[in-house]
Amino acid sequence: MITSGLTPIITEHWDKPDLYTLEGYRRVGGYQALAAALKMDPDAIIGQIKDSGLRGRGGAGFPTGMKWGFVPQNDGKPHYLVVNADESEPGACKDIPIMLANPHALVEGVIIASYAIRASHAFIYIRGEVPHAIRKVAYAVEQARAAGLIGENIMGSGFSLDIVVHSGAGAYICGEETALLDSLEGYRGQPRLKPPFPAVAGLYASPTVINNVETIANIPYIVDRGVAWFRQFGTEKSPGFKVFAVSGHVVRPGIYEAPLGITMRELLDYAGGIRGGGEVKFWLPGGSSVPMLTAEHLDLPLTYEDMAAAGTMLGTGTPMLFDNTVSVVKAVTRWLEFYKHESCGKCTPCREGTYWITGVLEKFEHGHGSPAEVDTLVNLCSQIAGRSFCALGDAAATPYPAALKFFRSEFEAATTTSADEQFNPVASYVFAETATR
Amino acid sequence: MTISEATRDQMRDLAARYPKSRSALLPMLHLVQSVDNEVTADGINACAEVLGITSAEVTAVASFYTMYKRKPVGKHHVGVCTNTLCGLLGGDAVYAALSKRLGIGNNERSADGEFWLERIECQAACTHAPVMTVDWEFMDDVTPASAVDVVDRLARGEQVQSTRGPVIRDFEATEHTLAYPLDGLVNEGEAVDAKMLAGLRVAQERGMSAASVPAGGAS
Repeated sequence: MITSGLTPIITEHWDKPDLYTLEGYRRVGGYQALAAALKMDPDAIIGQIKDSGLRGRGGAGFPTGMKWGFVPQNDGKPHYLVVNADESEPGACKDIPIMLANPHALVEGVIIASYAIRASHAFIYIRGEVPHAIRKVAYAVEQARAAGLIGENIMGSGFSLDIVVHSGAGAYICGEETALLDSLEGYRGQPRLKPPFPAVAGLYASPTVINNVETIANIPYIVDRGVAWFRQFGTEKSPGFKVFAVSGHVVRPGIYEAPLGITMRELLDYAGGIRGGGEVKFWLPGGSSVPMLTAEHLDLPLTYEDMAAAGTMLGTGTPMLFDNTVSVVKAVTRWLEFYKHESCGKCTPCREGTYWITGVLEKFEHGHGSPAEVDTLVNLCSQIAGRSFCALGDAAATPYPAALKFFRSEFEAATTTSADEQFNPVASYVFAETATR
Repeated sequence: MTISEATRDQMRDLAARYPKSRSALLPMLHLVQSVDNEVTADGINACAEVLGITSAEVTAVASFYTMYKRKPVGKHHVGVCTNTLCGLLGGDAVYAALSKRLGIGNNERSADGEFWLERIECQAACTHAPVMTVDWEFMDDVTPASAVDVVDRLARGEQVQSTRGPVIRDFEATEHTLAYPLDGLVNEGEAVDAKMLAGLRVAQERGMSAASVPAGGAS
């Protein structure tokens, strides 16, 4: 079990300037896995992905092979594969780099996954705000099509596939898989009631698998190198490797690919530590929707199970680290302003609740909170969690209670002293410049 | 502006790409913005006609998504991420400097019609904070001074290169790319930078590699 060190796999060839082209990708072994896969029985591929233990890299960590296995076969309906490339979770910045640097790994994974679940149509739904990533993926699809890797009777296998690259239009909620489906059907992106799950009734009410970009980018490597190889990385329950994106007050923020089970302390070391030799005040393992941790948690392994045991989640595996200059009151308020803006409005607890939490938090940020409201807000959050269709409501109810657990005194101080008076905002900037206030 | 027959043809072409034509609505609305600078009533009607749905149904979709605007955006869309990480690491100061330079606030257009300013949400580039976008192309790692400089150069008609993308064109050109991404610019500019290679470089320096792990059989 390899759980430390850096293991560039998806990122191994990112320094080769033509990796994004078909020729560049083929030069490093690209599309070998596809050739092998098309000679396999589709069920054998599903079995292989099940055996690998690959878990979804979009945040929830659901076993990928199991998801594929839920698709009913021989049901006479068209099947669809939809790639969730709507990366919008605050702190998450690993799918866009994968698409910019190595789009063919995604495309190859899409073709293999579609073959496995017997889909003849796949869609890559990319958020609209990243035109250059959309260009790279659209170009990769076009090159693959011209080379006969997409289209009719791929490599003489009898398998045919069309891939459509689809641009979103600015809505965080469309990262939620059923909202994404509504959006892809040309509607407002609002979550659906589950069940039925997409594997049974997804896109156009047909069986649909929705997978994250990084999840799909893993597929060619697993098919090419095998389950035993894959399971050498990570832990029993969290096998494999992860494209970690480390951001915040670290010396060298960036992409670090490492086995699951690596500790935050080791990753932080590779990233050069906290700037100025400073210390971590709080950090979040994978997006603003997972509860924050502090310096005392730096030695925990970054796995789905260890993060859950610590009361948080691995989420997108994109740690954000904040140093001692940061006001946790301000940080949490800003996240809630985001959830308020992005709530789709379908469920009352989320729509109204994000409005009320944000309103109270903004009072704290400006030093006008009342002592009673410190606890009222906990109650308010508990009224939202678990009471909406999708996880956005739960996510909105997460940051405040998590922050209060570690930094109660800061919220209590915010009943009289504003966040900016407690912490000079200029000190948190990553450039040396006087703020324009 | 009236939607031309050529644009309607493109709408029909987009609609034909999907098993069900309505799926093309989001790209079609981007196409409307590429010719009308905003989602106009004419654009809504054209989408409705092509898809055989009502203009009310199209309006309901257009009003849901943040990237669609119901008033003219102008030549350049300027976004500054002010979500927690970018905002606290300096995005707030970047936004303030741009707001002062342009004399406008959030979701407003400058009097000369050149710039639209917007506080945007997380742009999936937190490793490059604070992040700014111009016509949705990345301008990574900005400071208040460098952000104002970008706007100044654009205002003078000078060339501005995206940090991970092509030379900046204008808002309408990007909107066209979102409908038709094969715009010939895929090779332009850099897409992979030092921050995206940070871990790979550390691994290379320290002699760490996953390649040394033997491949197992396809069990």
